[in-house]
Amino acid sequence: MTFLVNIALLLLLILTAASATFLVKELISSVFILGSYSFFLAVVWAWLGAVDVAFVEAVIGAGLATVLFLVTLFDTAPKDTRIRRPPPPLAGVIGLPLLGVLLLVVANDLPPFGDPSSPPHMHISPVYLQQSYADTLTPNVVTSVLMDYRAFDTLIETVVIFTSGIACALLLKEASS
Amino acid sequence: MKQMHDSFLVQTMSLLLIPLAQLFALYVLFFGQYGPGGGFVAGVIWAISMILTFLVFGLRSPQGRMVAKVLHGDGVGLIIFVGVGGLCLIGGGEFLNYADLEIPGLDAPARRYMGILLAQIGVAADVAVTGISIVISLAYHDTEQEYHV
Repeated sequence: MTFLVNIALLLLLILTAASATFLVKELISSVFILGSYSFFLAVVWAWLGAVDVAFVEAVIGAGLATVLFLVTLFDTAPKDTRIRRPPPPLAGVIGLPLLGVLLLVVANDLPPFGDPSSPPHMHISPVYLQQSYADTLTPNVVTSVLMDYRAFDTLIETVVIFTSGIACALLLKEASS
Repeated sequence: MKQMHDSFLVQTMSLLLIPLAQLFALYVLFFGQYGPGGGFVAGVIWAISMILTFLVFGLRSPQGRMVAKVLHGDGVGLIIFVGVGGLCLIGGGEFLNYADLEIPGLDAPARRYMGILLAQIGVAADVAVTGISIVISLAYHDTEQEYHV
């Protein structure tokens, strides 16, 4: 029973936040509601057991992304932050609900939640779970995968972040001069 | 944003909460091998605390100047990360295989621990400096490069 109440409540919060993001008139309210939407999503990840993903979602989605949007909006003229919305095209009004129904129908074929014999749990996860401590001597499996088994991936990700920072600084400097 | 926030409440609460956020970032960084978290999240939390500092106090204040000085460290995190890999190479192993990390006086678990911790510190430094740099260049791109100190 608690399970169903949890799902219903979270679904209500997420749907409200997501639709409010698109329905409010001012961009700045949109930004704040988008931050709260990220926060509800983080609750969902934590509830599903993906604590690391929830952590990143809360910090990036609700924290840094909101700050970036806000700082951008400070430099935008007030007439541009009000949104004029043309009426949606007919194809979207009919097509999107149909697409949603299709997704719900297909979702029946997914393996049940937490099923140990589903394909993702059969492939390589058991290897990591059973052998990661013997291989890497690190208690946290997620950290051992991220920083030891796949340290190269993490290194390249760090290079990508570094490059994005440099590119941002160069582009904005070019625009101001 | 360009100058100090004029609310006494905001200033006092920032002085109280920003060190707490930085302490939490350090906790996440060093606890990442036992629980959720790690270099990336720690870097972002640290960046947010720094961004809050110069949003509240302005870049001209002493605190803001300290934040602007952090920008000189762009790329240091990457050097730390690659340096850990290089130390592993010097130790006679593969690149980023922490078992051969060349730090004398450490047994195998301590080598792994130090290797991962140093790499996480590198990731955190890189992410933090990048976040601060993007926000500063977005917020101050129309002024005369006044954030260079």
